Amino acid sequence: MSKEWPLWEIFIRGQHGLSHRHVGSLHAPDAEMAIKNARDVYTRRNEGVSIWVVEANNISASSPSEKGPLYEPSESKIYRHPTFFDIPDEVGHM
Amino acid sequence: MYAQMIKSEASTDDPEKLKEFQAKIDANIKVEPRDWMPEGYRKTLIRQIGQHAHSEIVGQLPEGNWITRAPTLERKMILLAKVQDEAGHGLYLYAAAETLGVSRDDLTEQLLNGKMKYSSIFNYPTLNWADIGAVGWLVDGAAIMNQVPLQRTSYGPYSRAMIRVCKEESFHQRQGYDIMMKMAQGTDAQKKMAQDALNRLWYPSLMMFGPSDAESVHSTQNMAWKIKMNTNDELRQKFVDQTVPQAKYLGLTIPDEHLTWNEEKGGHDYSDPDWSEFFDVLKGNGPCNVDRLEARNKAWDDGAWVRDGLMAHAEKKKAQVAAE
Ligand SMILES: [Fe+2]
Ligand SMILES: [Fe+2]
Repeated sequence: MSKEWPLWEIFIRGQHGLSHRHVGSLHAPDAEMAIKNARDVYTRRNEGVSIWVVEANNISASSPSEKGPLYEPSESKIYRHPTFFDIPDEVGHM
Repeated sequence: MYAQMIKSEASTDDPEKLKEFQAKIDANIKVEPRDWMPEGYRKTLIRQIGQHAHSEIVGQLPEGNWITRAPTLERKMILLAKVQDEAGHGLYLYAAAETLGVSRDDLTEQLLNGKMKYSSIFNYPTLNWADIGAVGWLVDGAAIMNQVPLQRTSYGPYSRAMIRVCKEESFHQRQGYDIMMKMAQGTDAQKKMAQDALNRLWYPSLMMFGPSDAESVHSTQNMAWKIKMNTNDELRQKFVDQTVPQAKYLGLTIPDEHLTWNEEKGGHDYSDPDWSEFFDVLKGNGPCNVDRLEARNKAWDDGAWVRDGLMAHAEKKKAQVAAE
């Protein structure tokens, strides 16, 4: 069997004004073909106005075992949310 | 359904970890590719998602057979769109399987050498245009029964693939039913073709759900892992109950003289398909098994020069850019 095409991760901007979002992956020999294939499978029903493709092995990801040290510290910092502060009604909308 | 008789693999993992894992699943927390998972869970999922993907791909063959012979340009474009969708479904599922550590080419190879299966239904032929209607109506209808609950499956990438698939699937069933309506309201000869298609495809469609597995240990394990959401009998019952009024509307008769409404259970009683035929088809003796595998092998072999050529071109371009 010949060499397998690399895997690409596909990101699509669904509408003007929105961010690109990960929608899935596909195999393609290069970026140009990855975009063409992504257009053929992931935008068949007006799902997109723009496509990003990234070769999967170029993505670095946080590891599931780091979940605690990475995300728990923010749980105790409730003052980062506006609802932490009581503002008197008389002050009006803030 | 598109994955039949999936045996669950035994796990030899640490019992503590297994317990934690099960608790996570019971709490409906999705398992993602880099999370710890039991080896049995991983292997069973690869088998199930792989078989599901193969079914989408092989399932293109019986319908593709009629693209060039569709009765109008509009029907041709619709069928083409439907068959293209199925290629996409195969892709989503292969991609989900790949997150479990198997390569796309590995899976393809196992389909081509017969080690992995695809759904028994695609080993039946599509003899005339009415069959295309019946396939959309019954086969996609049965697939939907299975795929809708799988949107809630525990494995994140599989669940997301199912959500995409389900969005596209109802178009498939409706286009099939639309063909059936046209045929059933047509000339006597057309109506006869519609009835004949239903006669031939009814029991193979019931077989798609697989034999009763209410007491199977594999089924119990796979349901605990939430990679199987309902028993085969539950889904088959739902399918029968849904299809009976649809057939009635068409003025067609379901080929089962024992089919009756059972007030007590709130569902229809119906006859089982011939399970010895089912096992025979799985073994490779269905009407089209040989054709289907030959067609997939030929497509793979004939396409090799294209895959290699594009890869060589991509590598050459990369080297040129690097040299600049
Ligand atoms: Fe499909
Ligand atoms: Fe479909």
